[in-house]
Amino acid sequence: MASVGAEALRPDLAVIARQVPHGARVLDVGCGDGALLATLREGKQVDARGIEIDPVLVERCVARGLSVVQGDADRDLTFYPDGAFDVAILSQTLQTAARPDRMLAELLRVGRRAFVSFPNFAYWRMRWALLSRGRMPVTRHLPVSWYETENIHHVTVTDFEELAASLGITVERRWFFTREREVGGGGANWRAEYALFEVSR
Amino acid sequence: MATHAASNVYRLAAPLPLDSGQALEGVEIAYETYGELAADRGNAVLVCHALTGDQYLASTHPVTGKPGWWERMVGPGKPIDTARHHVICANVIGSCMGSTGPASLAADGQPHAMRFPVITIRDMVRAQVALLDGLGIERLHAVVGGSMGGMQALSLAADFPNRAARILAIATTARHSAQNIAFHEVGRQAIMADPAWRGGEYYGAGASPDAGLSVARMAAHITYLSEEGLTEKFGRRLQDRDAKSFGFDADFQVESYLRYQGSGFVQRFDANSYLYITRAMDYFDIAEEHGGLLADAFAGTTARFCLVSFDSDWLYPTAESRHVVHALNAAGAPVSFVELSAPFGHDSFLLEVPALDRVIRGFLDG
Repeated sequence: MASVGAEALRPDLAVIARQVPHGARVLDVGCGDGALLATLREGKQVDARGIEIDPVLVERCVARGLSVVQGDADRDLTFYPDGAFDVAILSQTLQTAARPDRMLAELLRVGRRAFVSFPNFAYWRMRWALLSRGRMPVTRHLPVSWYETENIHHVTVTDFEELAASLGITVERRWFFTREREVGGGGANWRAEYALFEVSR
Repeated sequence: MATHAASNVYRLAAPLPLDSGQALEGVEIAYETYGELAADRGNAVLVCHALTGDQYLASTHPVTGKPGWWERMVGPGKPIDTARHHVICANVIGSCMGSTGPASLAADGQPHAMRFPVITIRDMVRAQVALLDGLGIERLHAVVGGSMGGMQALSLAADFPNRAARILAIATTARHSAQNIAFHEVGRQAIMADPAWRGGEYYGAGASPDAGLSVARMAAHITYLSEEGLTEKFGRRLQDRDAKSFGFDADFQVESYLRYQGSGFVQRFDANSYLYITRAMDYFDIAEEHGGLLADAFAGTTARFCLVSFDSDWLYPTAESRHVVHALNAAGAPVSFVELSAPFGHDSFLLEVPALDRVIRGFLDG
């Protein structure tokens, strides 16, 4: 299904675009400028909805005809009924949540399954930067200094798997990426720059 | 003042049932249209006007000679594009620009005055829908409105869930707050305290309650602007003088401005209409009309929604739009919402806010 026009998407979003079933009801939490939603709407005819906190990005979404609500995922997911969506998406946003555990639970309350991607803080370059320089790493995927970053809950692949297990959440599939390419799962907690998980209850 | 009937007028064949339990006979609805109606009648956009607005959306106002109130938004190639859409704007019932209101003549040949029944926003919407029936428009491409126009758009979505494909509600609310009602009551009391009001029986009496209506407009006008906007525009600057007069002239520019707004308003608006329309807005509470839960009001809707608020609007602040958005989320309706940044307060929806143009264009095309 490379025909969904996902070529321009970031690799984790391209995987999500391939995996979402045709005609699904989709909520993209932290949908940015709506690139993934627009791709899904055109390629998969999904019922596409989004939440985004930045009003400039929301305006861009609305201007491209998407149903996107300006809101705070920490607060506004509660207003959606149980099982309102077939698929909930949280891409590169989990680490910004006030309580990632609660957000994950909320995601799987409103969605029957969820795709969650996040930067892996245990990626070897992170570990090396911390070990060699003794300072919080600033990298391509986490480009902002510690004092101004929105990423307030850094997480590793292993941390996420443990959290999922403790919440009774099933990991259906996982994908790993380094330097904008998909990589195998072996030693992912070392080797992956960021990860994508498909989870369900 | 008399009513104006320069527009097209549609006369309802049947009495219009009202929320009060009464029915209004011989209702006339004055309306303007812009752009061609497509052969399949699928390109109609209904624009609902605000409290003191009228049907002169994108054409010259016959009394003031000023351009239409939303000419910057409506026209060929504009966000509400009359080259592609058939745009309809009707004067609300209760008003004074050609639709039936308190200044219209009752069956006995005398103006209704205070015999006019108290109406609601839903009654205004019933009249709008009756007009659509008359025009043979089954399903609108969109309903668009700001302020009281947005209330009508939301009310139409709740009560006529199949009549519109898109609902665009700007700077509005699903219910009037205590503060909203309070400001309106100040305006009504100003009108009724004017000796020329005469219990509403001033038509043909030679004098209208202009002083009262002017004060009502002045008080309301403050609520349409932001404090920041007032400070920037006027500050404490004096009007055509170098020093305070130690009297009660309009020493300050802001006083002069408000007096000008008030005196201009009475040239084009009927005091009794102001009473009736503000009352309709105060009675507005969509949730109450649908068993108390706002989400239930939108349970049957088939429309996509877009709500827009402005960060400087303290009359219908963003929280009110969010309240509607959450109800629509709960009802499963597709909804967009954005709070735009603009310095002009509630009136931002009428003024130069380029982001609003982009949102409206995108939503109507999507």
